Amino acid sequence: MRAGERLEPLEIPVTRTLIVAGAIASRDYQDVHHDPELARRKGAPDVFMNILTTNGLVGRYVTDHFGPKAVLRKVAIRLGAPNYPGDTMVLTGTVEEVDGDTAVVRVVGANGLGDHVTGTVTVTVPGANPEATP
Amino acid sequence: MAVSDEQARDELGERLRKFVGRPAAVAGAGKDPVNAPMIRHWCEALGDTHPAYTGPDAIAPPTMLQVWTMGGLSGHPGRTGAYEELLGLLDAAGCTAVVATDCEQEYPRPLRPGDEVTFDTVIEEVSGRKTTRLGTGYFITTRTEVRVAGEPAGVHRFRVLKYAPAPHRPHEPRQQRRGPELHEPRRHQEPESRRRQEPAPSKPLRPRPVINRDNAGFWQGVAERRLLIQRCTACGTLRHPWLPGCNACGGLGWDTVEASGEGTVYSYVVVHHPPAPGFDPPYAVALVELAEGVRMVGNVVGVPYDEVRIGLPVRAGFRRVDEELTLPVFQALSSVTAVER
Repeated sequence: MRAGERLEPLEIPVTRTLIVAGAIASRDYQDVHHDPELARRKGAPDVFMNILTTNGLVGRYVTDHFGPKAVLRKVAIRLGAPNYPGDTMVLTGTVEEVDGDTAVVRVVGANGLGDHVTGTVTVTVPGANPEATP
Repeated sequence: MAVSDEQARDELGERLRKFVGRPAAVAGAGKDPVNAPMIRHWCEALGDTHPAYTGPDAIAPPTMLQVWTMGGLSGHPGRTGAYEELLGLLDAAGCTAVVATDCEQEYPRPLRPGDEVTFDTVIEEVSGRKTTRLGTGYFITTRTEVRVAGEPAGVHRFRVLKYAPAPHRPHEPRQQRRGPELHEPRRHQEPESRRRQEPAPSKPLRPRPVINRDNAGFWQGVAERRLLIQRCTACGTLRHPWLPGCNACGGLGWDTVEASGEGTVYSYVVVHHPPAPGFDPPYAVALVELAEGVRMVGNVVGVPYDEVRIGLPVRAGFRRVDEELTLPVFQALSSVTAVER
């Protein structure tokens, strides 16, 4: 782990199944996340991903990269362009700071409309930097 | 009215800000203990194969923190009157739509299957009125402390925008639609590509109300987002619609009382056909009996057209239909709580 390190991008196909499965797995039954007709009545063109699913995907992206020992400490995200079915979200990340075995990673998830999510993840990877004794 | 609507003193905002610091949930309890099946469903949905989330020593994915506090289909048991009141005020003001914008979580310790989660939520911040591309509304920030056996297990800060959806105007140039706010994303919440695919002829506007000497006071009230009922100064009888004289005593003198906004559907129709310019069928038109006793015609919103029923409790609000026209609408109260926030 070192500041400036870039994480391999992760492509997430935004399927209807992912949106609905994520909403239900997070116990979020707001109609805009599963009913296209009701989503349209609220001004959206289709169902869209809920924030809990986005949050989970951002966490997964970082732990996928740092491996089985990685432990999430903080996840802070802000949403922008919605994730609608048929789009693809590409997650990218950069390590911003490293303090011992803990890193702060800046994550951006962009889709065809713009940035769906921007945020930072604080992750600890025990034994990641054994030689680092600042 | 458009200008005064945007620039009027933000009285609602001032009322909303009084909720800052008040609890939104007190001693809420998770509906289920942290458990392996819900963890597995989550990991399956998200494609998360992290080994820490399976096996005998499994922990829950930390990003599931909020999941353990969700009300699900049956709603939120720990939610307070203050939070419901705050949401109700916004609903009544036409801010019926909600979108989550920010989520900040800290995980001081892992959650494991068997952990019983409790939580307290406080209303941390309510913004002033903000015009975003989605519509005009207010950002509400809550902070939830999650505990297990009294020990801190997580902090969850959550921000939603509760807003009145902006009217859909495909022809308007993008620049004019740019609100002063809605977070930083390069482009944004709106389905830009879809807009471009819809160079439809500009949508016909709703017909204008016919305003005359007899009813001008009513429409002036609507412009100020107040629902005014006429009252005979001779006998005190309330009346609506507005008329020059009293039906009860014939008196010509009158003043007004502001309706509380509470009412129930007295009768209704659902319009399917024929479509009229400016209307988007199917929609429900109700005759609402206000708490004060008079009846008023308006659209019922916040509930699918086919779920409107006689006796449905509603609350009056206002909807800006287009640049010049604001109309009273009736928000179905049964739908107010059916939303996770």
